[in-house]
Order: sequence, then structure tokens, then C-alpha cells
Amino acid sequence: MMRRICFVIFLMALPASAADTPDMRGAPFAMQGGEAVYRGVCQGCHMADAKGASGAGTYPALAGNQKLAEGGYVLSMVMNGNRGMPPFRDHFTNAQVADVVNFVRSHFGNHYKGKIREVDVQALR
Amino acid sequence: MTAPSRRSLFQMIGVVAGSAAMYHAMTELGYAEGSSFEGPIKLSRPPAGSSVLILGAGIAGMVAAMELRDAGYKVQVLEYNGRPGGRNWSLYGGDTYTELGGATQHVQFDPGQYLNPGPWRLPFHHRGILHYARRMGVAMEPFIQVNYNAYVHSPNGYGGKPQRYRKIQADFHGHVAELLAKSTRQNALDQAVSKEDREILMQALQAWGALDGNYEYKKGVASSMRRGFDVDPGGGIKSVPVPSEPLALSDLLRSGLWSAIGSGHNYELQSTIFQPRGGMGTIGKAMGANLGPLIEYNCKVTDVRQDGEGVTATYVDSRNGGAPRTARAQWCLCTIPTPILAQIPMNVGAPMKAAIDQLPYLAAVKVGLQFKRRFWEEDEQIYGGITYTSLPSTTISYPMWDYYSAGKGVLLGAYTFGRPAYLAASKSPQERIHDALRDGAKIHPQYPAEYENGVAVAWHRVPWAMGCQGAWTEEARDQHYNNLCALDGRILLASEHASRLPGWQEGSVTSALDAITRLHARVVQP
Repeated sequence: MMRRICFVIFLMALPASAADTPDMRGAPFAMQGGEAVYRGVCQGCHMADAKGASGAGTYPALAGNQKLAEGGYVLSMVMNGNRGMPPFRDHFTNAQVADVVNFVRSHFGNHYKGKIREVDVQALR
Repeated sequence: MTAPSRRSLFQMIGVVAGSAAMYHAMTELGYAEGSSFEGPIKLSRPPAGSSVLILGAGIAGMVAAMELRDAGYKVQVLEYNGRPGGRNWSLYGGDTYTELGGATQHVQFDPGQYLNPGPWRLPFHHRGILHYARRMGVAMEPFIQVNYNAYVHSPNGYGGKPQRYRKIQADFHGHVAELLAKSTRQNALDQAVSKEDREILMQALQAWGALDGNYEYKKGVASSMRRGFDVDPGGGIKSVPVPSEPLALSDLLRSGLWSAIGSGHNYELQSTIFQPRGGMGTIGKAMGANLGPLIEYNCKVTDVRQDGEGVTATYVDSRNGGAPRTARAQWCLCTIPTPILAQIPMNVGAPMKAAIDQLPYLAAVKVGLQFKRRFWEEDEQIYGGITYTSLPSTTISYPMWDYYSAGKGVLLGAYTFGRPAYLAASKSPQERIHDALRDGAKIHPQYPAEYENGVAVAWHRVPWAMGCQGAWTEEARDQHYNNLCALDGRILLASEHASRLPGWQEGSVTSALDAITRLHARVVQP
């Protein structure tokens, strides 16, 4: 009940930017598991095949990306964003973050060792 | 009306307190400020041979280009797209749009129909963009923000049946007025309201809330003059109006729909708002025509390098690559969106670089839907304005042109930010349209029978923007905003993302004017 009320409060209160509704709002992401998080959100930019895309700028490929060898780097990017990537710390639970980091590091031709745990995510909060 | 439960009362207080707190917070973020436009800019003549290279032919870049050219600067503009305008953009039938990932949409709207994927409103106090629109000879028509006959909708209220804005607003105000009148009479407000003011307050509440002679909000002529009648008054024998029954307070509170009646109170969404006749993109097109050959199109900037005497931009053809070319000037005004600029090698200092790197663009999605007939007008008497829903599509807006025409019409079928927009960007354009049709059919059952075609723009997939507007936070603004706006050697930035009007074209205009004013001061007094 309160969650719903809060959502709608923003719908109205908002002397928002150019929007009738400000960002960072909307129902929490409900998907569970790394693949579901990737399919639901991440592939919006990194694409379904994780090969990224290029226009005036580039969304980097995650497929076969050696930067993913360092799990902490991926975790930091998801949480804090950088250079075009938005921060997702306010959008995902610890489990969702850990799951999606582990998913991209073990799919799309990536076989990196070592798993990010929920406590690792929590440590960045 | 029955007395509200204690819980309901707390919720209602929360609305009022919440709004005030929210307004305060948003003011600190810079969202609620007016425009700094102070009338046409007048730059003195710069030293002979003074030159500026402008990156990006959006509103900021083109405003700067026109003013610098007029002052006597040698100006060159490089633009990624094959058209002027940037995010000032309208999609018409016959247009083709390919998003990142490769999905191509062929817009099939009828002549005269369009979608503004980006900005669509020009508040009356955004005098900068309105000044330039007028200077370009762009015709304006009113944008209807609040339509009392449009809907507010939530699956959690009234069995999911959409409610007319008029009724929700009248009933919310009426119930609140009655509660306050009761409290005043019971002397509960003695500390806040003097004895002399109490009488005035009672009168005011009666008038504001449409209360009856007993200061009650209930079925009758007074309330129906706000919320509408079951049977409207008319002429002749069948002239007797039948008042309507107000919604119960508790149902209204629990529906959440009270929260959807406030957008038009916000400074930026108050009447009068304008839209350019024929689409927002007409402004950008006119500016592009004004600048003519000063803009070089289809240029993808790959490197920006400054030295003691000037700035050199390297670029390739955005369509097919090819050999790198260069453009050079004494100064550079860069309006490239920060998610893209962050990836372009550019030798600026660490503070500006950090400011660029930390500023992503927001997610936003718009869907345009063409229908065979204007059923919202013909069946439901909705002429322009906005319906709000708590479904993911969030916003349905009705075309604010060609009212009463017999032909087709294009609805804005979805306009959403935040998490729903992230989810939509991960889907194909066809899926986004499907979702907008699914949500909209819950409000307008005519959708399935009348739908013809649509187009969906997810801003994180726009190849030349990678988002819809700078995603500032209060903390980031404290730390980085001044560094983003400061002149770094011979380079400075302008855009809505370098303004305190994020996402508004007025931010682009005032950012550009502020930037070139500072640049010019540096040029004439080195």
C-alpha cells in the first residue's frame, strides 16, 4: 500500500525536470536472477548479444571483454556508473547486483572465475 | 461525508507535507527555478579573424552559432546527424529511424501527424527558446497540460475504471475543505488562525472546496458545479440538472488518484504552455536553415585537441566512416551529450573531465500511436491534454491540433522515465508499442479496433544522444556543475546538461548564451 502511494506521490508532486515524473521512480525492478536482470535492463544498452552498439558514442561489448576479468570493476560500474553508464545502486537489490555481475562474467563467451557475493555489494553501500 | 479514519487523515496530511517537502527538495536541485533569459544578447565586435568551432547542431549549438556569427565570429558547426535540431526533433510519416542495436522503424503516420520524441512543451516563462522560435518565424499554438475531462487511472482504484480528472480534483479539494472547516469550527486550528481570520478562512474553504451552506461537501448543485452533473442542465422542458454523488473520501485516498491531479500546479507546467505548430522539430529546422552552410552534417567527432592557439576537432563521416578530416578554430563550444563526450578523447583538465564522466543521461521512452479516428474526441470529449496512469506507460497525451477533424490522430501513447523506461529500452520497438497498446486499452477500450501504426523511441537507444537529459543529483551538482561549465583553456560546454533546467530547451538556450558571453569576454579582454 505505502509503496504504491509513494509512487503516485511522485507522479504529482514533481516540479520535475522536463518530465511529469522524475527519474529514479517507478515500481522496483521485480526480476530475479542474473539473466532476468540482464534481459530486463542491461540489454537496453549492451544489447541482447552483449556485443554493445555504436553510434556517435559506444556502448561497450560485454561479450569477450577482458575488463570483466576483475569482478570488482564490474560491480563498481553497476553500482556507480561512469562515462555514460548510469548508477544502478538505487535500482537493484544486493542480490540483483551480484547475480547480474556473475551472469555477465560467466556468459557471452566470458568464463571468469570468482563470484561477487551480496556482502561485496553491501560493502559499496 | 463520513468522518475519515485516523489512518486516512495521516495519509492526507502526508500529501500536503510531502508536496511541500518535495518542492523544497526540487528547488535545491535547481528544478523549480525560472529562466535566466534577460532578452536578446548583444555581443560587441570581436577582433578580426576570431573563430569558434561548435560541436553539435542542437538548440544550444545553433543558438550559439547564430549569435556568434551575428557578432562577427567565423563559425563552423559539426553535426552527427543529417539534420539540424538534435533532441529538438519530430517524427513524421515517411521518416526512417534506426536505433542502436539496428532496429529500423519506418514511420507511417498520415500527413499532418507527428510525434515529438523529445521536448514537446514550451512554458510561457521560457522566454529564451520562445524568443528564438519567434525570431525563426515558428508559429505557436497552445499546449494543453491540464484537461479536466481527461482521465486519471490506476488499476488499484475504482476497479481500474478511469476517472475524470475533474471529479478527482473536485472531490479531493472538497473533502479537504470540509475537514479543515470542521477543524476550524472545533477550534482545532486556534494556534494557527486568529479569531478574526477564522471567519475568512471558513468563507474561503466554502468557496474553494465547493462546500454547501453547512460547510459540507456532498451531493448537490455546489459540488456538481465542480465535478459535473449526472444530467447536465439544458434548455426547454428537459432542463433540470441532476447532481452527481461525490466519491467517498476513503475510496479516493486509497485509490491514489489524488496524486495525479497536481502536475499543472508546477511552475514549469502552468498555463500558458506552447507547442510549435507542426511539431517541435520546426524550431530546429528553422535554425538549421538560418545557419545554412555553416553547419556540416554527418560528422562524427572522434577527437578534440586544444593547444596554445586553438582547438582541432577530428571527425569522420557518421554514415560510412572514411578518412578522418579536421576542423580548427581559436575556440570550441562543445554541446555533445555527456555520455558520448565522455568517450571522445579531449585534452581538458581533470575537473572538467571528471564532471563529464560522472554525468549519464536519463532513461525516457515515448511511443506515438496512430488511430483511424479521434475516438477520444468523438466518444469521450477529450480535446488535448494528458491522462495519467500508474501503469508503466504513465502518460497518454491527446493531439493538440486539428480538433474536431474527421480524420486520423496520433496519440502520445506512453511517456515514461525511470525504471519503466529502462525496461522499455530493453525491448524491441514493436514490444514497446505492444505494451503501450496494452496499457492504453485499459483506459480507452477503442484501442484494439482503431489502432493503425506506431513508433517507439527509447532514448538510451538514440545513437546520437544515449539518453534523454543530464541525470544530475544534488550531490553531483555541488561537486561538478561549476567545473562542467567553466572555460577550460579554449574549450567550453553548453547544453541543457550545463544548466539548472535539466531536460528543458530553455536550459540549452540559457546555457549557450551564458557560455558565449563568458567566451566573448575572454576573447575581447584576453
